[in-house]
Amino acid sequence: MLSPAQLEPSKERSIHEVVGTVVTHRDAASGYRLLELDVPQEALDCRPGQFFHILCPVDGQSQPFLRRPMSIFGYDRDAGRLSFLYKVSGIGTAALSGLDEGDRLNVVGPLGNGFTIPQNARHLVLVARGVGLATLAPLAQEARRLGLGLKAICSARSPEHLMSIDHFRALGAEVIPVTDSEGTSDPEQLRSLLDGLAEADEMDMIYTCGSNRLLKLCQQVGRDAGIPGEIALEQQMACAIGMCQCCVRPFRRGGAVVQERVCREGPVFDIQEAMEW
Amino acid sequence: MVDLTTRIGALTLQNPIMPASGTFSRDMAEVFELDMLGALVTKTITAEVRGGNPTPRVCEVDGGMLNSIGIPSKGLGAFLANELPAYAPYRAPLIVSVSAPSIDGFAEIVSQLNLPGIAGIEANISCPNIEEDGKAFAMRPDTTARVVEALRRETDLPLWVKLTPNTGETVEVAQAAEAARADALVVANTILSMAVDARTRRPKLGNLMGGLSGPAFKPIALRMAYQSVRSVDIPVIGCGGISTVEDVAEFLVVGACAVQVGTASFINPTAMPRLRDDLQGFLAEEGYASVSDFIGSIRDGAPGDAVRFMEAAP
Ligand SMILES: Cc1cc2nc3c(=O)[nH]c(=O)nc-3n(C[C@H](O)[C@H](O)[C@H](O)COP(=O)(O)OP(=O)(O)OC[C@H]3O[C@@H](n4cnc5c(N)ncnc54)[C@H](O)[C@@H]3O)c2cc1C
Ligand SMILES: Cc1cc2nc3c(=O)[nH]c(=O)nc-3n(C[C@H](O)[C@H](O)[C@H](O)COP(=O)(O)O)c2cc1C
Ligand code: FES
Repeated sequence: MLSPAQLEPSKERSIHEVVGTVVTHRDAASGYRLLELDVPQEALDCRPGQFFHILCPVDGQSQPFLRRPMSIFGYDRDAGRLSFLYKVSGIGTAALSGLDEGDRLNVVGPLGNGFTIPQNARHLVLVARGVGLATLAPLAQEARRLGLGLKAICSARSPEHLMSIDHFRALGAEVIPVTDSEGTSDPEQLRSLLDGLAEADEMDMIYTCGSNRLLKLCQQVGRDAGIPGEIALEQQMACAIGMCQCCVRPFRRGGAVVQERVCREGPVFDIQEAMEW
Repeated sequence: MVDLTTRIGALTLQNPIMPASGTFSRDMAEVFELDMLGALVTKTITAEVRGGNPTPRVCEVDGGMLNSIGIPSKGLGAFLANELPAYAPYRAPLIVSVSAPSIDGFAEIVSQLNLPGIAGIEANISCPNIEEDGKAFAMRPDTTARVVEALRRETDLPLWVKLTPNTGETVEVAQAAEAARADALVVANTILSMAVDARTRRPKLGNLMGGLSGPAFKPIALRMAYQSVRSVDIPVIGCGGISTVEDVAEFLVVGACAVQVGTASFINPTAMPRLRDDLQGFLAEEGYASVSDFIGSIRDGAPGDAVRFMEAAP
């Protein structure tokens, strides 16, 4: 056994290993869970796009060894609250999903570089699908704080699968739902939707994450309209602090391909530099 | 207060806790005060720029992980220009881990590291990933002897030699390093392993095979540390699976005079400061005034040469 995780808080140190307590934990949509923790304030100096590294509980069924990276879905420093929206996909997230109110959870963060919001931007647009919503949600919180407009294009299989729409609306974002079942989410439709926003001068910055399809689309729209963008990427991690170099991905930069650590140089990257995978 | 200072040849460390190469970088300063460590150990550097292995570079297994990072390196020039100066503010001694694909290359890089700010060299002659056909220097006594002799000619800095578990000749390799005038042994690097996904039927690492580290590996490393202590007179630094104060104590009991912590820092980034504090408490509880009294206090009742014959034990 190690002694308890918390070190004395310090101003110079920005990454904290802390033990939080589960406040609420419930289903968000089928297969997705929303987890809210009470954590020490020192760990809540967060920016949208950053993530935490979660020590999933070891239960009778499985023993996830490595931590699991999870985007910050919401944070409230004053209230001491931190939340995650995640999809149950393998042994770590399955173990996580069994946590009950009052259970303790060891988390490390905040980690990585968050999204940037250009000085002169007035209208932000984000395009998200699935758990990508979790990563992009704090942008809505930040846009409201800065008094900027934000449109959230939320994509899902069907209207029942749309998640977090109320969350975005509550944060003052304009939600544009698109779904496969209604035939509104295919690349051509999205493309004309985004082009329309660009022409109407309602898109100064574009954000996305997760899929190759959305990356390609946002790259094209951004390039053609001269609008900057960012993408949050995922890669398997061990340390999440920049030490082990396992989480690299290739990026196009200055005519060459460079390898960068998703945990340290990312997880948010310039959308034009990102490469499909 | 228990006296935690420990000596490794000419070097005196304020406590026996230090990071293992490749599991630590200056980024850790954002988690805790680096000067609380006994020493700082860099990721292995090479003279040339290297890209490293394909992803996925890690996967988890029960009680541990496999890695096939390779040795991505920005090269010696970048290390000297950017990393070395950045370590200057720290008081903890800096140990630079080096590797090369040939004896000449090894000697060449070490010859360029006789610099202020570098307190010692750790020769990673045990990395299973980079040697052609997978044969590392540290797998055999003769290649160990030749490379360590070449390094000894190039430097008067403390020279630590890191052993590999991928050998049937632990004792002979340890003795070869000592005979070639290594100042200390680091025992050990990861053990070559494999993981396959039963459903996709694909190997879990991009490089197919990789090194096992973490708690699952500890008994192997502990056995090697014990064998090494019993067969050489130079200090031994234990490394492998250390995550709790009991783990630290086990390596000290068998005679290691310091320990390196690797994978545990991925699971608990605050592991090293906590282990330092916990060791204070542990030794006080056990009634020791200093860590040096505790080192090598094993009650094994075994004669000195037992380790050789025991290799065939199971
Ligand atoms: C920066 C970042 C932010 C993320 N944010 C979220 C989020 O907000 N919500 C959410 O549901 N998921 C998120 N993910 C993905 C999440 O980390 C994986 O779904 C999770 O690790 C799967 O673990 P598992 O044990 O359930 O799956 P398993 O398949 O059993 O995991 C096996 C191993 O692969 C790793 N792994 C599997 N999938 C991924 C993945 N997509 N990315 C990185 N590592 C993976 C695991 O960490 C573990 O080491 C994020 C990933 C990254 C890198
Ligand atoms: C991700 C990773 C990278 C490593 N890189 C190096 C390296 O560059 N040089 C080296 O000598 N050992 C390297 N090692 C081996 C460790 O230094 C250590 O010997 C091994 O992991 C066993 O200790 P542990 O179980 O405490 O991790 C690496 C280990 C890991 C897990
Ligand atoms: S996960 Fe270790 S460097 Fe990114």
